[in-house]
Amino acid sequence: MSALTLQNLNLNVDDEIWLDDISLHLEPGGLYTLLGRTGAGKTSLIRTIAGLEDLDGGRIWHGDACWNGLAPWRRPVAMVYQQFINYPHLSVLDNVAFPLRRAGVGADEARDRARAMIDKVGLSAMVARRPGALSGGQQQRVAIARALAKDAPVLLLDEPLVNLDYKLREQLREDLVELLAGRQSTIVVYASTEPSEALQMSSRLLLMEEGKVVQEGRPRQVFDAPASIGAARVVNDPPINILSMTLDTDAAEVESLGYFPLESLFGAARLADIGEAGLSPGQYYIGLRASDLQLAPEGRPAEVTLTEVSGSETITHLDMAGCHLVLHERAVVNHRVGSQIHVRPRLSTVFVFDRNGALAHVAHPSRGQD
Amino acid sequence: MKTLYLAIKYLAILVWSCFVVFPFLWALTTSFKTANGVTGGATWIPWLQYEPSLHGWKTLFGGAGGTDITGPYMNSIIVTGSASLISIVLGTLAAYGLSRFTFKAGFVRNGDITFFFISQRIMPPIVLAIPFFLLLRQLGLLDTLAGLVLVYIALLLPIAVWVMVDFFNNVPRQLDEMAWLDGCTPMTTFYRVILPNSIPGLIVAGMFCLIFGWNDFFFAFTLTFTNTQLLPVAIVALNSSVTPWWSLSASALISVAPLILLAFVVERFLSRGGLAGAVR
Repeated sequence: MSALTLQNLNLNVDDEIWLDDISLHLEPGGLYTLLGRTGAGKTSLIRTIAGLEDLDGGRIWHGDACWNGLAPWRRPVAMVYQQFINYPHLSVLDNVAFPLRRAGVGADEARDRARAMIDKVGLSAMVARRPGALSGGQQQRVAIARALAKDAPVLLLDEPLVNLDYKLREQLREDLVELLAGRQSTIVVYASTEPSEALQMSSRLLLMEEGKVVQEGRPRQVFDAPASIGAARVVNDPPINILSMTLDTDAAEVESLGYFPLESLFGAARLADIGEAGLSPGQYYIGLRASDLQLAPEGRPAEVTLTEVSGSETITHLDMAGCHLVLHERAVVNHRVGSQIHVRPRLSTVFVFDRNGALAHVAHPSRGQD
Repeated sequence: MKTLYLAIKYLAILVWSCFVVFPFLWALTTSFKTANGVTGGATWIPWLQYEPSLHGWKTLFGGAGGTDITGPYMNSIIVTGSASLISIVLGTLAAYGLSRFTFKAGFVRNGDITFFFISQRIMPPIVLAIPFFLLLRQLGLLDTLAGLVLVYIALLLPIAVWVMVDFFNNVPRQLDEMAWLDGCTPMTTFYRVILPNSIPGLIVAGMFCLIFGWNDFFFAFTLTFTNTQLLPVAIVALNSSVTPWWSLSASALISVAPLILLAFVVERFLSRGGLAGAVR
């Protein structure tokens, strides 16, 4: 069981930086989720580990073995793409047995192992079918089964659920958690754009932004204390509201939302009592999750610009005096576009970022001072 | 409305079918006619409108003072078949390389190399005839089957490359990458994954090569004398002071038969949609 160590990885394409000095240490048995928006560098990093991209700098080590210059077909990795990629000329059984046969496993043993894996992904009734005769979800199950059957020490999953519909995604996500459980000798790297997926599945979260890993930690830890505005934007879905804030000795003026006494914002009456080192008067940014805004008749007026209903939840985009806000309600509510509603902050969790966008403090005013 | 649409559709199919079938029917009836039957106007029904005769067919196989075309026929099969096969093998390998790997040599890139292949077919055949003639004479291959095979490879290879480059460009690269990650080298990827999924492309390229090779008259005529004769030249040689329409019609049918037969055999592979389920 060897760890995977990435040292100062750099990848440039057409003078554009795709990976920017990435260093990571990934241990067997861990499920590492690369969480970031589209274009953050998740796929590039996965492809680099797989050997499908040539590095401009840095080294990849698997235990004592350096993978630089090692062809993809010699690397002990398995990969699942976000597109459902299978061999169209082979049956489901032969698709799953394919990497085993290439690895020199005998035909009978390869087929037996493939059958066992197909069983696990719930496709035993379809072993003889070709991928073209399967639904999207089934095709992705075949791809996952093929990757798992190989039993490679490094398993790369590049947004494998992104092209599935909501229901199927939920189901396959649960199945995937089961399939990956107990693989103590495997390093799983899972790319995702969905914070909920990352929170549910991963043992370690790696936040990516503009080709860099901007934060690494346990999922809950990262979610509760994102290191920067960028990180807060990545881990929050629906998007977090970031507003500028002028902090004074006894109150704070928050963009669009108005004045708040320090006590109500931070659960402390004096700046010196906020956080470990205290905060000083000046310019900051405040982060309020969409679920930390609420409808209130005494709140500030805002115009509805967009309403998205997803399942039993409603996400409403608002324009409050030229400032864009997002409100998340756990109910199906039809706010008419163009209508006016009144909102105020719930102030259960308040993130404070300094002028450089770095996290300065997290407050839970409703619980009292941290 | 639906009935009217169907009626128009079937009428169009009927008209088109007549358009396609008519020349064959004409050649077929003519091949069983004699001189009197041919000059007696448009007649279609044997025994009622004209007296059928096997004279035209017999002359093709050396009977009734005719010329036996079995030799040229076999020559055509050998030359066209082997040149097409070699062109497809070489062309497919070249096309895969051009489609998947980046070549840089000075200002030359993949697109330039592909154009170089295609440009061979842009030149009028007469421009190529003289160099081919001199080359074959130098090699001692003039008027031989081997010489013709070489020339036909040069003529058919661009077609194979052209068709297959376009086909491979439409095969998702992720399929190659997936095969690499499953342990295939680029060569194994080619023959274990890409080739089995390229059957429609291979058939199209193969059919183009066979049609162009089989129907070529110009090079078959200019690069042969007496030892080696291909079918198109043999058919033209059937002509004399009195045009033997019956033998020409029979030879036309014999000439076109292998291609039609092949088209029927391979048609089902073309309509399968080879890459369904590759990437979705």
